[in-house]
Amino acid sequence: MLARSQYFLLAALAVSFVASLFSRSINPYFLDIAVTCGINITLAISLNLINGFTGQFSLGHAGFMAIGAYTAAMITTTLGNKLLPLMGGQTWILFPLALYAGGLSASLAGLLVGVPSLRLKGDYLAIVTLGFGEIIRVIIQNIDVVGGARGLIGIPDYSTLFWTFGLAAITVYTVWALVHSTYGRGFIAVNDDEIAAEAMGINTTRYKITAFVVGAFFAGLAGGVYAHFKQYIAPQGFGFDKSIEIVVMVILGGMGNNVGVIIAAILLTILTESLRKFGDYRMILYSLLIIVLMITRPQGLFTWPIWKRKSA
Amino acid sequence: MATPLLELDQVTIRFGGLTAVSELTTHVGERELVGLIGPNGAGKTTVFNLITGVYQPTSGGIRFAGQSLVGRKPYQITKHCIARTFQNIRLFPSLSVFDNVRVAFHLHVKHNAVHSLTRFRAFHTEEKQIAAQTMELLEIFDLGKFRDEPAKCLPYGDQRCLEIVRALATKPKLLLLDEPAAGMNPTEKAELTKLIRFIKDKFQIAVLLVEHDMQVVMGICERIAVLDYGVKIAEGTPTEVRANPKVIEAYLGEEHVKHA
Repeated sequence: MLARSQYFLLAALAVSFVASLFSRSINPYFLDIAVTCGINITLAISLNLINGFTGQFSLGHAGFMAIGAYTAAMITTTLGNKLLPLMGGQTWILFPLALYAGGLSASLAGLLVGVPSLRLKGDYLAIVTLGFGEIIRVIIQNIDVVGGARGLIGIPDYSTLFWTFGLAAITVYTVWALVHSTYGRGFIAVNDDEIAAEAMGINTTRYKITAFVVGAFFAGLAGGVYAHFKQYIAPQGFGFDKSIEIVVMVILGGMGNNVGVIIAAILLTILTESLRKFGDYRMILYSLLIIVLMITRPQGLFTWPIWKRKSA
Repeated sequence: MATPLLELDQVTIRFGGLTAVSELTTHVGERELVGLIGPNGAGKTTVFNLITGVYQPTSGGIRFAGQSLVGRKPYQITKHCIARTFQNIRLFPSLSVFDNVRVAFHLHVKHNAVHSLTRFRAFHTEEKQIAAQTMELLEIFDLGKFRDEPAKCLPYGDQRCLEIVRALATKPKLLLLDEPAAGMNPTEKAELTKLIRFIKDKFQIAVLLVEHDMQVVMGICERIAVLDYGVKIAEGTPTEVRANPKVIEAYLGEEHVKHA
C-alpha cells in the first residue's frame, strides 16, 4: 500500500516520462525554459527546507549546486568512456549514478556548512554561507582539470524533461514528506523558537544539520541535471547572484510554503526570460520588481499557510 | 520519603563576579507540589535554567531519580521526564495548536526522517496514535476547539494553558512552571490554581512552581522554598513560610519586621 502522497509522486514521474518522449517536437527555446523551470523548482524547494522551514538563512545554495554540477560532469566526461561499456552503453545507468555522486558530495559540503550554523544565527549565518558559496566558486575557478575560469565543456547531453521534472517531483515529495510528520514538525519548531524546541526534547543541532544535508543534496542533483542540459558549465554561473535568485524564489513564494515556492520558481524563470529583450536593463527591472514586492507583500506572494491549517 | 525525585545539592552558579544561586539544597518528591518564591532577581528562573540544562552549575550536583543531570543538554533532560514552561510564553507561534502539542510527542515517536519518507503502514499507525493522544490532551484542557488555529492567535490565558499542555505531552514526571500566573487577572489566577491542582492529580506528577503571586503559591503548594539573592532563606509549609521573619524582611523590608 502506498500513501496518497506517493501516488502523486509516481504520477508526476510518469507525466515527466511521457513528456520527455515528446521533447523532440517541442520548440527548443520553450524546452530550454521548461528545463530551467524544473531545475529552479528543485533548487528553490531544497532551499525552502533550509531557509523556509528550518529558518536557517543560507545564501550559499549556488555553491552546493556547483559542487553537484562539477562532480557529476567530471564523472560523465572523464570516466564516462570507461564506465559506459561496462554498463552496456546505457546512459540511463551512468547518469543517475553521476548525479547521485554529485548530490552526495554536495551534501558533504552541506554538513561542513551545517556545523558552523549551530553557533550562528540570522545575518551571521547568511554571511558565512555567502562566503562559503564564494569559496567554492573561486576554488573551482583555480582548478585547471575542471577547466578553471574557462569552464568545463563537452558534457554529454543526458538531461531530459524526465530527469529534470522527475528530480523536481522527488525533491518536492521529500521536503513535503519530511515536514509532514511528527518528526518533521521539529524543523518548523526549530524555526519558531529554538529554546522552546530544545525544552520539548528536540535536538535542534541534528535538525539543522539534517536540513542542510538534505537541502544541499538536492541542490547538488539539480546542479548535475543543469550541467548535462547546458553541456557547458563555468564557475561564473554559480556565483552570488545565482544564490540570491534562489533565495528570492523562496521569499516570494512565502517561506515554508512549498506550493508558493514552486509557483514563484516558475514565474521568476519566465520573468527573467521575458525581460531578456531589455538587455542589461533586465537586472534593474528585476530588482525593482523585487523591491516593490517586498514593500507590498513582505510575507511572500503566496501565503495560504498550508501546514498551519491541515494538521494531519 | 524515600529518594526524592529531584535533588539539588549545594548548587552554585556564578556569572562573572555575581553569584546568582548560592549553595542551594532542596528537593522535590514524587507527586509533590513545591513552590519556589522570592523577590525579583532572587534567582528563581536561574534555578529552572540550571535544572533544565540551559545553564551548567559552577559547583554542586543536580540529580533526577538518582541520575545526575549536570552536563546534559536541555533536550536530553526533557528525555529524563522533566518538562518546563517559560516565564514569557514560548509557544511555536506559526504552528497550529494541534501541532504545538504533537511536536512535543516527538520524544516518544519511533519513526525518523527515513520513515516519514517511506510512509509505510507502521508510520501511519503511529501518526494516528499520536494524533489521538494529542486530541485527548487538548480535549482535557478544553483546547480542542482551537485545534487548527495558529498558536499565536490564542487568547493569553489559553496560550499559558497550551504551553502547559505541550509540556505534558512530553510525558514528564516533573513539571516546572515558571510564573504561570504572570499577567493574569484574579479570575484567570483562580482558574490556573485549579488547573495546576488538576494536572498534579490527573497525571500523577510532581510540580515545581516559580511564582510571584502569593495567593497562588500559598493556595496550592505543599512546601515552599524561599530564595533571596540566590540564597535559600526559608523552607517549609505555607503557614511556616508566611510567619518566617526572614521572608517578611526579604519581601517587605526590615522595618516591617520590627513593627510586626
